[in-house]
Amino acid sequence: MADIRNNFVGIKSPNPFWLASAPPTDKAYNVERAFKAGWGGVVWKTLGEEGPPVVNVNGPRYGAIWGADRRLLGLNNIELITDRDLYTNLREMKEVKKNWPDRAIVASIMVPCEEQAWKAILPLVEETEVDGIELNFGCPHGMSERGMGSAVGQVPEYIEMVVRWCKQYTRMPVITKLTPNISDIRHPARAAKRGGTDAVSLINTISSIISVDLDTFSPNPSVGGKGSHGGYCGPAVKPIALNMVAEIARDPETYGLPISGIGGITTWRDAAEFLALGAGNVQVCTAAMTYGFKIVEEMITGLSDWMDEKGHQSLDDIICRAVPNVTDWQYLNLNYIAKAHIDQDACIKCGRCHIACEDTSHQAITSMVDGVRHFEVMEEECVGCNLCVNVCPVENCITMEALPAGDLDKRTGKVVDPTYANWTQHPNNPMARQAAE
Amino acid sequence: MERLGNGPKAGIEAGRLAAADYEANFADLHPRLDRHEALVESDRCYFCYDAPCMTACPTSIDIPLFIRQIQTGNPIGSAKTIFDQNILGGMCARVCPTETLCEQACVRNTAEDKPVEIGKLQRYSTDIAMEQGRQFYSRKAPTGKTIAVVGAGPAGLAAAHRLAMHGHSVTVLEAREKAGGLNEYGIATYKAVDDFAAREVEYVTAIGGIEIVNGQALGRDFSLSDLSTKYDAVFLGMGLAGVNGLGIEGEALTGVEDAVDFIAALRQAKDKSVLPIGRRVVVLGGGMTAIDAAIQSKLLGAEEVTICYRRGKENMNASPYEQDLATANGVIIRHWLAPKSIIGKDGPNGTHVAGIEVEYTAMRDGKLIGTGETGVIAADQIFKAIGQTFSASGLGALQFEKGKIVVDPEGRASIEGVWAGGDCIGTGEDLTVSAVAQGRDAAESIVKALAAAAQPATAVA
Repeated sequence: MADIRNNFVGIKSPNPFWLASAPPTDKAYNVERAFKAGWGGVVWKTLGEEGPPVVNVNGPRYGAIWGADRRLLGLNNIELITDRDLYTNLREMKEVKKNWPDRAIVASIMVPCEEQAWKAILPLVEETEVDGIELNFGCPHGMSERGMGSAVGQVPEYIEMVVRWCKQYTRMPVITKLTPNISDIRHPARAAKRGGTDAVSLINTISSIISVDLDTFSPNPSVGGKGSHGGYCGPAVKPIALNMVAEIARDPETYGLPISGIGGITTWRDAAEFLALGAGNVQVCTAAMTYGFKIVEEMITGLSDWMDEKGHQSLDDIICRAVPNVTDWQYLNLNYIAKAHIDQDACIKCGRCHIACEDTSHQAITSMVDGVRHFEVMEEECVGCNLCVNVCPVENCITMEALPAGDLDKRTGKVVDPTYANWTQHPNNPMARQAAE
Repeated sequence: MERLGNGPKAGIEAGRLAAADYEANFADLHPRLDRHEALVESDRCYFCYDAPCMTACPTSIDIPLFIRQIQTGNPIGSAKTIFDQNILGGMCARVCPTETLCEQACVRNTAEDKPVEIGKLQRYSTDIAMEQGRQFYSRKAPTGKTIAVVGAGPAGLAAAHRLAMHGHSVTVLEAREKAGGLNEYGIATYKAVDDFAAREVEYVTAIGGIEIVNGQALGRDFSLSDLSTKYDAVFLGMGLAGVNGLGIEGEALTGVEDAVDFIAALRQAKDKSVLPIGRRVVVLGGGMTAIDAAIQSKLLGAEEVTICYRRGKENMNASPYEQDLATANGVIIRHWLAPKSIIGKDGPNGTHVAGIEVEYTAMRDGKLIGTGETGVIAADQIFKAIGQTFSASGLGALQFEKGKIVVDPEGRASIEGVWAGGDCIGTGEDLTVSAVAQGRDAAESIVKALAAAAQPATAVA
């Protein structure tokens, strides 16, 4: 059996699946249920400073987009940090940690960007004996208007400053949660590292308007006829999160900085992909909010069974395994040539590959051969773009087959060159480097 | 079962069931999908290119488009997509053998043996549009041309609607008391409940410019030449009024009936409990009519219903789905049995059916033969469902082939100014949907011909 125990910046948990700081982790009741279900850890819903808590809207907080059969693909929310009293949260955190010593509990914190505010809350959190803190520099709605959340996460200097305060005033591991609402994720990550953070976690939600009510012309979720941008999460944001995680994992300045991966993780596969791209563990929210806590059983068994099948013994065997394979476009091998191939036995003849290619791409798939409905790739037209693979409803019906070196590419009339050659070396590139003499 | 004490009533009797059973038995076979069901089902459509379902539909409804319109919350737009091709889309949604047409062609069949339920989705949007009384077509300016349509069945109605759309004035001459043709008289009751056929006639004729005159039969009340004289064009869509006979001994006995009459009586009866049915019923034939008669016999309380078909299962015109429906309702289907003679028994009201002698059949050298072995099936009532025939009269010199009207691909018959479609033409397929397609296409041909005739002659260059 693969060992999926997790050690993230010294915080130990029986598996790498944590619940992210969000509604599912707002109180002891939910967290206890999560632990009973098998979650390895939780990041408790974000605490604010002492005093009257924030208030939430009393109308809808969430909006969604759906795929076929109303499967939830993306969720957007305008909920703020915890609206419960600080001391209630602290008391419950302490209690739950005591009851579940083998599970990870991390306190998410968001207080104003003032040294005193951080200095005041850190000892209170420390007293609960939870395992670490996560700095919420991510929320793009509500709190950001008050100079917190993503308002901090969008200014690398602030990130560095706050992280430094935290490292100064607490012994607890510090995880810095980053907002994706910036142009280059590496800058806030580098700033967090400069400030001395133990890890970063990402992504927080993406600023979004999920939909518009076409009867009332109000954005959704509509609070009395008005809407405000919210934070977008769920399966739809996973590709954005994966890229940002990979960018930090492969940036020479942040290389090796532990990353807690967040963003649309719904199945063990999603989690494994985050781990492969450099995450040391993962945090889940929307999937739990869609299906309940039981999904962690599928995640644990799926990850473990896959690792067994592939001979990976511990998480260290898979973490960062894909990072060396992430490169810049300019270094992709232009001599690699692939062609689509349609498995005629698997083909159900829906014709979507044909019409996608015909209308929008390279006119490389037939629709009719000898008067019979038949879909086949015309290699002399196929550029290997993969669109047909993506639109085909049957998995593995269309595959991309690499042309072996020495074979003729019928499209270009040239023989496949076995050597690696990228854009930096290409004659059409005005910036092409001269080959070394 | 309550009757077991006294034994089920022998002979042909009404009121075999409790009132509630009649209601349940003749309720809608497939109740309409609700919105949620329709959305779930519409999500299954792949929106195929050059969709095979569309090719398989005799009226070429743009099925992927109408399903996508349901999926995006536009059932009214969806209904228009359907009606654009098939103004009787509501009835077709109920009676089309989709399992051998669009749904058989659905690529989900190849993928997972479970096609998108196109028929049910079509009913969903057409029902919504019809209930809201949404009319999508208005008449063009009146042309002043008058056209006679013979028969207010699917072919005639489709033709009339299309002709009216183009501004022509249409008179539909219908032999029976009500319009609708087979939709009104020939469809099993549970397939078109709540007077749907009549409501559809109203919906179709609401466009205006269509006058239906009932009780007017070709050959009895008027002839084709009368119409040719009086109207600018004639469309013949009479369907098949005649029924095939068995030509065997005992056919005239009390209790031997035509299945089409039984089905029509069922459709017209408000109260099914007054309809008499045999305790033991034998239905002869292998098509939809046989199935409809057999199932409904069972639903009326017949104790034992047997379909006898003289060929094998694979030869039956009734689709596998219909055959399954029959067996699920307790009908026994027996193959390779041909009727030999009908056995009578003297009773208080003369000689009555007591059973049927059948001969086993087989294929020898590509020919169906009787094997000589015989058997007897006891029966109080026998329904003949061995095919309908075109009974032609009043058609003058119109050309026929194998007893049906000869038409060209546009629906033009052999006499100028006369078009035909539906079951009465040689290429008729015994399907509502094909009749609709033929009526619609003939109407377009008529429109084209009248327009050409109206053009001033062009000078010779």
